[in-house]
Amino acid sequence: MSERFDAIVVGAGPAGTAAALTMARGGLNVIVIERGEFPGAKNVFGGVLYRHHFEELIPEWWTRAPLERPIVEQNYWLLNGDGAVKIGHRSRRYLDGKPNNFTAMRAKFDRWFAQQAEEAGALIICETTATELLMEGDRVIGVRTDRDEGDVYAEAVIIADGANSLLTQQLRARPELSPGELSLVVKQTLALPREKIEDRFGLEKDEGATIEILGAPSQGMVGLGFLYTNKDSLSLGLGIMVDDLMATGARPYELLEAMKQHPALRKLLQGAELKEYAAHLIPEGGLRAMPKLAGPGWMICGDAAGMVNAVHREGTNLAAASGRMAGEAVVTMARSGDFTPEGFQAYARAVQASFIQRDLAKYQRLPAFLHEHKELLMGRMPEALNDCLYEWFNVDERPKTEHQRQIAQNIKGMAGGAWGLLRLASRGWRAINE
Amino acid sequence: MELEYQGIMVWVEQRDGVAKPVSWQLIGQARRMAEKIGAEVYALVQGEQVEHLAREAICYGADRAYLIEHPVLREYRTEPYSVSTLDVIRQVKPEIVLIGATYQGRDLAGAIATHLPTGLTADTTMLDVEPNPSRLLLASRPAFSEKLMATILCKKYKPQMATARPGIFEALPRDDSRTGQIIRVPFDMKEDDIATKVLKFYQDEDRVNLEDAEVIVAGGRGMGGPEGFAALKQLADLLGGVVGASRPCVDEEWISHAHQVGQTGKTVRPKLYIAVGISGAVQHTIGMTGSDVIVAINKDPNAPIFDVAHYGIVGDWQEVVPELIKAVSAGKPAAAATGGASR
Amino acid sequence: MHIVVCVKQVPDSREIRIDTKTGTLIREGVPSIVNPYDLHGLEAALQLREQHGGRVTVITMGPPMAEKALKETISLGADDAVLVTDRKFGGADTLATSYVLAEAIRKAADTWGPVDLVIAGKQTLDGDTGQVGPGIACRLGLQQLTYVEKIVAVEGRRIRVERRLEDGLEVVETSLPALLTVLKEINTVRRASLPGMIAAARYKPIVWTVADFPDIDVTKIGLKGSPTVVSRSWVPEVRKVDTTYVDGAAELWEALWATDLPERLGWSAEEGA
Ligand SMILES: Cc1cc2nc3c(=O)[nH]c(=O)nc-3n(C[C@H](O)[C@H](O)[C@H](O)COP(=O)(O)OP(=O)(O)OC[C@H]3O[C@@H](n4cnc5c(N)ncnc54)[C@H](O)[C@@H]3O)c2cc1C
Ligand SMILES: Cc1cc2nc3c(=O)[nH]c(=O)nc-3n(C[C@H](O)[C@H](O)[C@H](O)COP(=O)(O)OP(=O)(O)OC[C@H]3O[C@@H](n4cnc5c(N)ncnc54)[C@H](O)[C@@H]3O)c2cc1C
Ligand SMILES: Nc1ncnc2c1ncn2[C@@H]1O[C@H](COP(=O)(O)O)[C@@H](O)[C@H]1O
Repeated sequence: MSERFDAIVVGAGPAGTAAALTMARGGLNVIVIERGEFPGAKNVFGGVLYRHHFEELIPEWWTRAPLERPIVEQNYWLLNGDGAVKIGHRSRRYLDGKPNNFTAMRAKFDRWFAQQAEEAGALIICETTATELLMEGDRVIGVRTDRDEGDVYAEAVIIADGANSLLTQQLRARPELSPGELSLVVKQTLALPREKIEDRFGLEKDEGATIEILGAPSQGMVGLGFLYTNKDSLSLGLGIMVDDLMATGARPYELLEAMKQHPALRKLLQGAELKEYAAHLIPEGGLRAMPKLAGPGWMICGDAAGMVNAVHREGTNLAAASGRMAGEAVVTMARSGDFTPEGFQAYARAVQASFIQRDLAKYQRLPAFLHEHKELLMGRMPEALNDCLYEWFNVDERPKTEHQRQIAQNIKGMAGGAWGLLRLASRGWRAINE
Repeated sequence: MELEYQGIMVWVEQRDGVAKPVSWQLIGQARRMAEKIGAEVYALVQGEQVEHLAREAICYGADRAYLIEHPVLREYRTEPYSVSTLDVIRQVKPEIVLIGATYQGRDLAGAIATHLPTGLTADTTMLDVEPNPSRLLLASRPAFSEKLMATILCKKYKPQMATARPGIFEALPRDDSRTGQIIRVPFDMKEDDIATKVLKFYQDEDRVNLEDAEVIVAGGRGMGGPEGFAALKQLADLLGGVVGASRPCVDEEWISHAHQVGQTGKTVRPKLYIAVGISGAVQHTIGMTGSDVIVAINKDPNAPIFDVAHYGIVGDWQEVVPELIKAVSAGKPAAAATGGASR
Repeated sequence: MHIVVCVKQVPDSREIRIDTKTGTLIREGVPSIVNPYDLHGLEAALQLREQHGGRVTVITMGPPMAEKALKETISLGADDAVLVTDRKFGGADTLATSYVLAEAIRKAADTWGPVDLVIAGKQTLDGDTGQVGPGIACRLGLQQLTYVEKIVAVEGRRIRVERRLEDGLEVVETSLPALLTVLKEINTVRRASLPGMIAAARYKPIVWTVADFPDIDVTKIGLKGSPTVVSRSWVPEVRKVDTTYVDGAAELWEALWATDLPERLGWSAEEGA
C-alpha cells in the first residue's frame, strides 16, 4: 500500500525546497524526493545568493544561513592574452543594513534551506531518484522512484529537478533542449587562508568580491569565467555554450587550467589548493526555451523550467521565487479541495506576472545576439579594448593625437568600420531591451 | 620491593598442538621488555596434550610456562579458555598480559579484560615499557587506517593488557638449551557445562604461508586482472617463493584473501619482496616494510612504493616480468660478482 | 526472537586526513556513516526476523547527532532504535562502552521482552578494537561467537554459525541467548525501500540518558570508567630508503646477485634460483 501525499516535490534545490517550505507551512502533507546524499550534496553554482527573494520565504534568513561573504565589490574583467581591462564597483552601500548578496556554498546552503522545510513539516527523502511521472490519462498522479515499493502518489507534483530535467522531457513540455541553449560550467574550489584572500582582493575582514571574466579564456566561444571569494576558499569557474564546445572539441577543464595561468589571475590564485572540482549545466535559452509551466497535476520550477538570467548570474532567486509561487498555488487548491487544471495554471500566470517573466523577456534576444557576434564579442572586442587602454596609458615619443587616432581605429576596426559599430550597438541594445 | 603484580605473560595460541608464530614473536618482545625492568616472562599454554609447547615456549624465551591440559581445551572456545586463563592470571598476577591479535586472540582478550576488569589495547604494533619504577606498558597502535599512531596507557589497573598484530615483532631464535620451569595448573570443567560446541573446521583450500615465506612476489591493481597473477606465480615458483597481493586484487577476487599483505591482511618480513603494480599505500606498506630487500616494479615513477623500495624498475610489468622470468630461469648472470655485499 | 543490534556512528576513516604539522585529525567535511560491519549485523538480524518472526531493536551509544545513524537503521527495517546519550557517557573506552551497552540491552529486555540474540560488528572504523562485542557478552553472561561469516541455522534455543579464522572456517554451535560479531561476508546489506525511507524520516529515536538507568554505577561510565588513556599520538613516518633504479629485468637480476641474497636464499650458480 503506498501512501498518498498532498504534494510531491522532485528535487531539493532552491526551487523544490521553496515549494516544499511554502506548502508545509500551509499545512500540507509534502514529500520531497532528492537524489543526493543530502540536499545540496552535489549541487553546484558559481556562488552568489541574493537576499531579496529568500527573504520573502524566511525573514532575516541571512543572519542564520551558512553563507560565505557579503559582497562589497563586483567587477567585470575583459581579458586578452596578457592584459586585462577592469571595470567594477565597490561600495559599502551593498552592505548597509541588509547586504544585497552573498557568496555561498550550495552543499551547505541547500542543506540548511531544506532543513527549514523539514522543520516546517516536509518529509525529505534523500538518496532517492525520481525515474518517471505516474500518469492517469493526461494527468500526473504521482512519481516513481528507484527504490523498492517506490511509487508515491499526490494531488500535485512539483518538478524542480534542475537544468537537466528528465521529468520535463517525459512531459514533452518543450522540445528537448539543444546544445545552443545550455552552457557547461566547470568549477574549482581552491582553498586559501582568509587573510590572504582579504589581502589579495583588498577586502576588510569578512567582506567579499566577485569578478566576472570575459574574453581570452573562452577562446572565441560564447562563455564567461568567474572568480568569487568565499571565507577561506575561492570559487573559480568557466562556462561555455555546449554547441561551441561540440564544434571546437575544446575541453572545458583545459580551458579553465589555461585561464588560471593568465597574468591577471595567476597571482590571485597562487598557492591556493584545489579542494573540489565540479561541472554543471546552466539552461541559458532564456524565455524562448522555457517549457509550458503547468498542466493537470504538475508544475515546473527553477532551472527545470529554464529560469536563469545569465546576464545577471541570477538563478537561485528565480528558482526560489518560482518554487514559492508553485507552492502557493497548491496551497490555494488544497484549501478549496479542488485540484482542477485551472488551479495549476494559476502558477503559470503568477510567473508571467512576476519579475521572472519580465526579466527573461527583456533579454530574450540576447542568446541569439551573442551567438551571432561571438568572434567579435568574445575575441576582437576584449582585444581592442585592451589595445585602446594600452594606447591611452602608454607614454612614448608619439604625440597624443596619434595615440588617440590609434584608439579610434581600434574601435572601428573591431566592428568593421563606424557603420558596423553603430549597427552592433543598436542590435546589442535591442537584444537586452526586448 | 615486592610488587603485587609482576612479570609479563604471553598467551600461546595453538591449533592441534602447533603454536601460532605470533606466540613466539610476543615472547620475544616480552623478553626484550622484561630485561628493561628486570621482570620474568611467563607463557600460558592451554590445550589437550600440549606439554611440548610449554617446553617450546621456554626455548623461545619464557622463564616459566603455565600449562593447563584438559580435554575441554582441545579446541579454542571462549568459555573454557577464558575461565582457565582468568584462573592463571588471578593466581600469578602478571603486570602485563600480551595476546596475539588473531581472531581467537581478540576473542579471548576481549572477554578476559572485561572480567578482570582492566584496560585492553587492541592490535598494537609497538610495545615497550617505561623503566622502573613506573613499569608502565607503552602500547602503541595505528589508528584511522594507519594514518596516525597512538600510545595508550593503562595506569590504574593491573594487569595491563594488549593484543599485538602478528608478524610485527621478531621471535628470538629458538634455543633448546634454555631452561625454565613448567608449572601445571589444575583445571576442571565438564564438557556438559559448556554450551558451545565446535562441530567442524574447514581448512582454507588456497593456503599460502606468507608469514614464513622467504620470497614474496606480490601483485597489485596494476596487474589488471587474475591473468597477471599467473606470471607472478611463475616468477615466485622460480624464486622458491609465494604470491602476495594488495587489497584491491582480493576485493576484485583475482586472488584469495589468504594472499593479502597489509593492514587487513598479513604482515610479512621475507628476505625478498617484489611489489608489482602496487602503488604503495600505507595500508599496504605497513605489512611489508620489514622485508630485507624490496623491489618495486611500477610504471608510475612517482608511485610511493618507490619510497620504500631498495631497487626500482619504472616500467610496465607486462614487459618487465616476462624478462625477469627469463633472467631467473637462466640462472646466475654472467656479469654477476658473487654475493657478499650485505644490506 | 528479540534481537538487539549494536551500531555505532563513525567518521568515514577512508576520508579522514591528518594535519601532518600538528598530527591531528582533520574531521571537517568527513562524512559520518554507520559503521559498515554494523549494517551487516542489522541485515543479519532482519533476515532472522524474516525467518523466525520477532523484533529487531537497535542500540547506539553516542552523541545526539548519532540519531541520523539510527534513522538509517529504521529505514532498513529495524523496529525501534535507541540512542543512549549523555555527557557523562562521553570519553568511554571499550570497557566503559560495553558496560553502558550491556545496561541498555538489559533495559531493552525490560521494555520489549527477553533478548535472544545480540549482534555487533566485527569492529568499528574508528575504535577499531573488536572488543566491545565480547565485553557485552561477558557482562550479560551471553555465549559469545565472534567473526561470524554465516548463520547456518537457528533451531529451538540453539544457533549454528561459521566463524572465520586466519586459516579456515569453523562451524560452531551454541545456545541462546548469545552474542555474535559479524563480518562483511555474512550478507549483502539491502537498500531501503521507499516506505522504509518515509518511516525513517518520521521516526524519532528513543533517547535514554543516565537518568534512565537508576541503578547504573557512575564510576564505571564515561571517562572515569575507562582504564585506558591515549597519552600521545603522532604521524607515522614513511620509512624512506635510497632506491637504486635499474633499467630492466636483466640488470635487476644482476643487482640482486650482488647482494647477500643468493647466499641467504641458497641460489646456486648453475640452476639459478
Ligand atoms: C556554475 C554555475 C554558476 C551559477 N551561478 C549562480 C549565481 O552566482 N547566482 C545564482 O543565483 N545562480 C547561479 N547559478 C544558477 C543556479 O545554480 C540555478 O539556477 C539554481 O540552482 C536552480 O535551482 P533549482 O532548484 O531549480 O535546481 P537545482 O539547484 O539544480 O536543484 C535540483 C535538485 O534536484 C535534484 N534532482 C535532479 N534530478 C532528480 C531526480 N530525478 N530525482 C530526484 N532528485 C533529482 C538534484 O540533486 C538537485 O538537488 C549558477 C549555476 C551554475 C551551474
Ligand atoms: C581500513 C583499510 C584497510 C586496508 N587494508 C589494506 C591491506 O591490508 N592491504 C592492502 O594492500 N591495501 C589495504 N587497503 C587499501 C589501500 O589503501 C590501497 O587502496 C591499496 O593498497 C592499493 O592497492 P594497489 O597498490 O594494488 O592499487 P592502486 O593504488 O590502484 O595502484 C596500482 C598501481 O599499479 C601501477 N600500474 C598500473 N598498471 C601497471 C603496469 N602495466 N605495469 C606496472 N605498474 C602498473 C600504477 O602505476 C599504480 O601505482 C586498506 C584500506 C583501508 C581504508
Ligand atoms: N558506542 C557504541 N554504540 C553501539 N555499539 C557499539 C559502540 N561501540 C562499539 N559498538 C559495537 O561493537 C562493535 C565493535 O566495536 P569496537 O570494539 O569499537 O571495534 C561495533 O561494530 C558495534 O557493533
